[in-house]
Amino acid sequence: MTVGSDAVKGEIVSCPDCGAELEVTEITPVALALAPEAEEDWGE
Amino acid sequence: MKVGVIGAGGYAGGELLRLLLSHPEVREVVAGSESLAGKPVTAAHPNLRKRTDLQFVRYEDVTGCDVLFLSLPNGSHRAGEFEERAKLVIDLSSDHRLRDPEDYETWYGAAHPRPWALGQWVYGIPEVHRGQIKGAARVTGAGCNATATILALLPLFAADVVDRARDVVVECKVGSSEGGRQPSEDSHHPERVGVVRSFRPVGHRHTAEAEQELALGGERPRIDLSVTSVELVRGVLATAHVYVKQPLEEKDLWRIYRERYASEPFVRIVKERSGIFRYPEPKLLAGTNFADVGFAVDPRGDRIVALCAIDNLVKGAAGNGVQAMNVALGIDERAGLEFVGLHP
Repeated sequence: MTVGSDAVKGEIVSCPDCGAELEVTEITPVALALAPEAEEDWGE
Repeated sequence: MKVGVIGAGGYAGGELLRLLLSHPEVREVVAGSESLAGKPVTAAHPNLRKRTDLQFVRYEDVTGCDVLFLSLPNGSHRAGEFEERAKLVIDLSSDHRLRDPEDYETWYGAAHPRPWALGQWVYGIPEVHRGQIKGAARVTGAGCNATATILALLPLFAADVVDRARDVVVECKVGSSEGGRQPSEDSHHPERVGVVRSFRPVGHRHTAEAEQELALGGERPRIDLSVTSVELVRGVLATAHVYVKQPLEEKDLWRIYRERYASEPFVRIVKERSGIFRYPEPKLLAGTNFADVGFAVDPRGDRIVALCAIDNLVKGAAGNGVQAMNVALGIDERAGLEFVGLHP
């Protein structure tokens, strides 16, 4: 898949083939990882 | 260059001195204070001990400056006394933030004494008006709550995804330094400490700035701003509830915020799915010029929660003013503003 040159670390993008949510983990060079599910809030 | 500060004894004035004394392009700083003239600036700003031997001087002695900051109380309307003293004047007060004199009268309860002057000042948030600030001679600062509100919402309005037929509801949680240096009964420690005080649930004047700036040349949005004092000295967290025209997904919001802010030196998108600091947090920003923005999508429909955290005295006042000075003069926008804050 193609990631825009202005992508930012942490950005969530979708795979155009399977629709999976991917997280941009590095910018140069671009690296993607399966986006983690949001962990349950623990703050309070 | 030589930079003067009129009203250097207040909290915002003290932050200006701290930032300007470390600014690589500033050769000399002049600290004007009528009430503290003759005293060392460290008498009012003890964090500057061993950093400067500067003394406060009377306003009449703040002369020969390339840049002049006005850090006077809101409503003092004294810019006319000083605006010919420097090529670039930056007014941190609220006296020139609203462009429409009627708007000023509505929100400040009195007619503006120099209505013709309002159009001469550029609203000084570089993330909104960088092009106009470049080369400008008169720049006004922005309200701290307005800054947090505007930066939280700007990408959504710029992308034209907001349903303008509906109000945007914003809650700002703020620290005690927003009240300035002058003590009052409600700022007395036994009364202030530990409160969650709904001090301006309606009618906060910064509302007008946010509505003015988020119109972006189109229909003026309705912003419903409430402000609550919390257990902080520095900091603002704006939480905005926005209804959009069409349901959006998280990746759409990433694109919208990234397109607006990826190249901004002082705006960071903070949205993480794990860890402690998943959303903007004022605690991390004390002393810095950063504005951390974030968002969340309500899975039930069309509501977006947009967030922005800042230090009210830095990105909400002095730091933003120095950033605007850098932009106006064409020098490195980051100059003098490199501090990244503290953790924990």
